[in-house]
Amino acid sequence: MLSGFDLQAVINALPYLFLTGMSFTLTLTLFATLGGIVFGTLLALMRLSRYRALSYVAAGYVNLLRSLPLVLVIFWFYFLMPYLGQWVTGASRPMRIDPFWSSVITFTLFEACYFCEIIRSGIQSLPKGQTMASHALGLTGSQSMLYVVLPQALRNMLPLMLTQTIILFQDTSLVYVLSITDFLGATAKIAQRDGRLLEMYIFAALVYFVISLFASHAVRRLQRRVAIIR
Amino acid sequence: MITISDVCKSYGQFQVLSHCTTSVAKGEVVVVCGPSGSGKSTLIKTVNGLEPIDSGDIVIDGVSVSAKDTNLSMLRSRVGMVFQHFELFPHLSIIQNLMLAQVKVLKRSKPDARKKGMALLERVGLTAHAQKFPGQLSGGQQQRVAIARALAMDPVAMLFDEPTSALDPEMINEVLDVMVQLAREGMTMMVVTHEMGFARKVANRVIFMDRGEIVEDADKDAFFGQPRSERAQQFLSKILVH
Repeated sequence: MLSGFDLQAVINALPYLFLTGMSFTLTLTLFATLGGIVFGTLLALMRLSRYRALSYVAAGYVNLLRSLPLVLVIFWFYFLMPYLGQWVTGASRPMRIDPFWSSVITFTLFEACYFCEIIRSGIQSLPKGQTMASHALGLTGSQSMLYVVLPQALRNMLPLMLTQTIILFQDTSLVYVLSITDFLGATAKIAQRDGRLLEMYIFAALVYFVISLFASHAVRRLQRRVAIIR
Repeated sequence: MITISDVCKSYGQFQVLSHCTTSVAKGEVVVVCGPSGSGKSTLIKTVNGLEPIDSGDIVIDGVSVSAKDTNLSMLRSRVGMVFQHFELFPHLSIIQNLMLAQVKVLKRSKPDARKKGMALLERVGLTAHAQKFPGQLSGGQQQRVAIARALAMDPVAMLFDEPTSALDPEMINEVLDVMVQLAREGMTMMVVTHEMGFARKVANRVIFMDRGEIVEDADKDAFFGQPRSERAQQFLSKILVH
């Protein structure tokens, strides 16, 4: 079956696969991770807020998005955002939204739910005494969150957040359904153009595998280094 | 300095504090003791509002803790508190632990806060550890840092919530020594502790609590000489035998 395996087809496609495809995938992963952590932290703070309304809104949002398949959310945003943009700005025709930014926003909104849950459990697992001690020193609620609780929660949760980022890295391949040229999209295009399905898809799997494997090893090493001495 | 009047607090059906009334004068050292679950830790936490109260009033240096218009953070910054489990911030170095609230709450400049912090570390004999992290220090050293951290705010009074209960026996004295020194310098102190040696040495008054009530509130000599209540007598006979 592998007798006709043509390595040259893969080699010829490398510049396109990596410079166009992988760079899109990595940029999207980076932006969505940063956005997801920022928005996720905000959601976590809302969920833990004393104000019921804030906490319900955040909980509702997180539960809603976590119950929807990612592909559906991707479709929704890509096809509905132009109309939403039109409605918001009052323009005469649907807004043109760059596929890259559409995916960044989609993934940020989606991943924020997972980051929210990670950060929330990070905050909740900190000993209550830490908050008490910072209050006793005269720090206000938000100061104690900003200088005492969050730095510890984020650091404790760093390994989990990076693991989530690796999952996100794999999930970004779903933008393929929007015919965007991410790494998988680029692979698929070459595969169909050259009729080299086998070579290209095996290669794609290998690349995802190697990157994810290395990344999880790096996370484990990092975990040992950033752990707070107790 | 601290006036506690008719303070009540309950968790559901369970009454933790029942009509507690007492006071601590300026420069006075008051030891609060009693069996576990008697409400003494809760009482001391109500003093700086870490535990809200259901009724009654607490006034520190003329400011009511429970009044709605009180800036609780500002009030707390003037009352030092030391916890059973130290509660240093593990992600900050020792000197940063001492600087954080000085800079963020008192708005001192970083060099000033550092200078103050180093002076206090010297006082508790830990200058050499300034750049270390809390996890690298022994329990006794951490508690001394916690005392220095509270003192860095120039408090008008200090609250101690069982400061030696979580320590290994050989480390208790290094912490008590710092507290004795503090008491002799005239700091107003309220101390929840089982260390009766400390109470004998520096306390002016001893408060004995049981089941959320202040059962006995007496001068040190009267308390150790002949407590009036039977419960206090029993308590003392149990812990002083050894």
